[in-house]
This record gives sequence, structure tokens and C-alpha cells, in this order.
Amino acid sequence: MRLPLLALLARGPAHGYELKQDLEQLLGAAYPQPNIGQIYVTLGRLEKSGLIEGEEVEQSSRPNKKIYHLTAAGQEALSAWYEETSDEPRVRDEFFMKLALAPQTGLADQITLINRQRRHYLNTMRNLSKLATADHRDNRIAQLLIEGAMLHLQADLDWLERCQEELEKPE
Amino acid sequence: MSEAPTAVLRAEGLVKTHHGEGAPAHAVRGVDLCVRRGEFVAVTGPSGAGKSTLLHLLGGLQRPDSGSIWLDGERTDAYSEARWAVERRRRIGIVFQFFNLVSNLSVADNVELPALLAGVSARRARAERAELLAELGLAGKERSLPGELSGGEQQRVALARALVNRPPLLLADEPAGSLDSKGTREVMRLLSRFHQRGQTILLVTHDARLASAADRVISFFDGRIADDVELGGAASPGAGVPAVLELRD
Repeated sequence: MRLPLLALLARGPAHGYELKQDLEQLLGAAYPQPNIGQIYVTLGRLEKSGLIEGEEVEQSSRPNKKIYHLTAAGQEALSAWYEETSDEPRVRDEFFMKLALAPQTGLADQITLINRQRRHYLNTMRNLSKLATADHRDNRIAQLLIEGAMLHLQADLDWLERCQEELEKPE
Repeated sequence: MSEAPTAVLRAEGLVKTHHGEGAPAHAVRGVDLCVRRGEFVAVTGPSGAGKSTLLHLLGGLQRPDSGSIWLDGERTDAYSEARWAVERRRRIGIVFQFFNLVSNLSVADNVELPALLAGVSARRARAERAELLAELGLAGKERSLPGELSGGEQQRVALARALVNRPPLLLADEPAGSLDSKGTREVMRLLSRFHQRGQTILLVTHDARLASAADRVISFFDGRIADDVELGGAASPGAGVPAVLELRD
């Protein structure tokens, strides 16, 4: 969450709670909201590493709030973030290792593992498609996030299918 | 009588082997299946697993080598081709991947035809057609020919045609197979909507997104049912969703 917070601060100074609201508005209700504690912790770390600076502002009836702004180093880190491409998503390696090692352990049947994993993915897929048709139809960014998750999951399901086809064949 | 609701569709021991050139292809190898009223069942699996053959058997488009099918508790073994054709107008609606609309008939005629063939009055056929087309967002397209419509629109016409006689069972064979992502979402939304109103649906698809609209998913491999699962049940872990959407730290 470090770099998204920097990116939100590129527009201008803001305090922690504002940043939380900005994220919520951008990504919609579908996105699991980071709690405010997480945001303050991350802001603290960013400040410690010199990427942002906070300024205490006095409030009459409440505790002081801290308004953060990007430093030159923060600006640079953000530019570097936009310069680089992102890593490819990874194969679900934990499941893959379970599957690959199953025959040697004698603890699980490969096809049973695949069926169980498929049930799990299908339920998640169903929940995602419900989200997609629910109340955030007007939020394009949220829609794209959900669609991305669904397409990844579909690829995982297709891959499970390939595993099953292959492993059901006699060697 | 207070017995359990009759299955809309039941199959036992279905077997079908295709004898083409080369080795015989065992498309369906002993399938037992029961679809209850109001269920939305998806059959998924890789291409060539035999799932389309299964749907064809269930709709009487092909005959099994052995095994039996019951429609509403009635055994169909002795049905003639003509009888199946009648059932496909009355009790079973079917949509296909490539729509199979009559290309030189207007949208309105395509939808009304099965109603007229089923002996419905012209007036009622028109009324049913108008209601369905409006519902499917096709009002104003009545006079178009299928070729003038997009794939997504043609599939909606096919859906209207399949449902015009209000069949208890809808069979859908890769209904989004020739549509883009947007068309797929549209088909998904419409199938869900009809299902919510009580339509029983059996859907064959290789598309997991489409399958997830169903409340029961059957995984079909190599002519057999490999798994059969109710989605969204009490035991289903929904925890996957936040995890797949969450940004990494």
C-alpha cells in the first residue's frame, strides 16, 4: 500500500483519514478496505524513510491531525514506480507443490485435490460475479478490478482442468 | 401427495459412442443426472469431454446407445423423432453457440414460429414475442433479419425463441461461446434473471465465469461426471474474494 498512498499524495497534501476515503472512493465497496490503523502505520514508515513529511495541525476539540505531503525523494520514488512494469502474477505455487508432491506423500489423491481446489475457486468466482452485478456498476475502476480478478481465476480454473486431463491419463 | 418435487430431468446410465472415421469416440460413458425444478446447473469441462453430446442426448437431439431419460418423471425411451420435436417446443427450450436462427425470417418471426407450431393463436404468439423482446432489450428490432444484428443480440433472440412457449426446462449449449466478454456478461445476467424467476436451466460451458452464475456445477471429464458441487452453500468459503482483490502491502 506504500506506493498507492504516495500516488494519492501526488495531488496535494492530505491526512490519513482523507487518504482512506480517497482509496474507498476509487476502488469501490468491492475492494477490501484497509483499516485506518494500517494506513497510519504505512504513513509512519513512509515518513521515516523520508518519502513524505507530516505537519501537525491543531484542531480545537479533537486531537491534532497530521497533514502529509510528498518530499522530493517521494516524488522520485513515485516516478520510478511509474517507469517500471509490474511483475507477472504467479502460478498458485502452494497448490502446485501440494499437487506435485501428493503421490510421494501418500496423503492425498491428486484428482481429489484438484476437485476440492476447483470448488473453492468456483465459489470465489460466484462471489466475484455477484459483486460485479451488485451495486458498484457505476464505478468503472471497481468493475475493472473485479473483472481482472475473475479473468485470473478463470485462468486458474482452466489450468486445473488441464492438470485433471493430464493426470487422469495413464502414464 | 406430499412426495419430493419431481425432477424436471433425470438420466440414468447414459452412454453414447461416436463411430466416425478412426477409433470410436466414447463421448458419454455412463452418466446419472438429476435436475430438480428451479435448479440452475452448469456442466463444465474441456472441449472434447463430451458435454455437448450429453446436452444433445438430454434434448433428444441424439439418441443414447444405452440408458434412459425422464422428463417430468415420464420415461422418454419410446419417443419418436417427431415426439422429441414436439417436446423441444413444449417442455424444452434450447439455445446453441451459433444461435441457429432462421436467417431469412425476421426477428419477430423467428421468435413467434415455435409458438405458432405449438398451436398457440397468432395473437398470443405476438403478445408473448413482444413481451420477451422488450424484456431482452430488443424492442425495435422486430423487423430486422438475424444477419443485421450483433452476436449478442442474435443470442438474445435465440433465448426469446427458446422461452416463448415457457418450457419448464432451458438447455443452453455454450451460449456465450461465440460472444465477446461483454456479450458473455450479458448472457450471464439474463440467464441469472430468468433463473431467479424460477426457470430451470441446464447450461453447458467451458467458461468458468459463466458457470459460476449457476448454483450447481458439474465437472465433466472424459465422458464422466468428475465432480458435482452446489455453489454458495453454507459450507462454501467466501473468504476468497477479499484476498483476490486486495492490494499487496
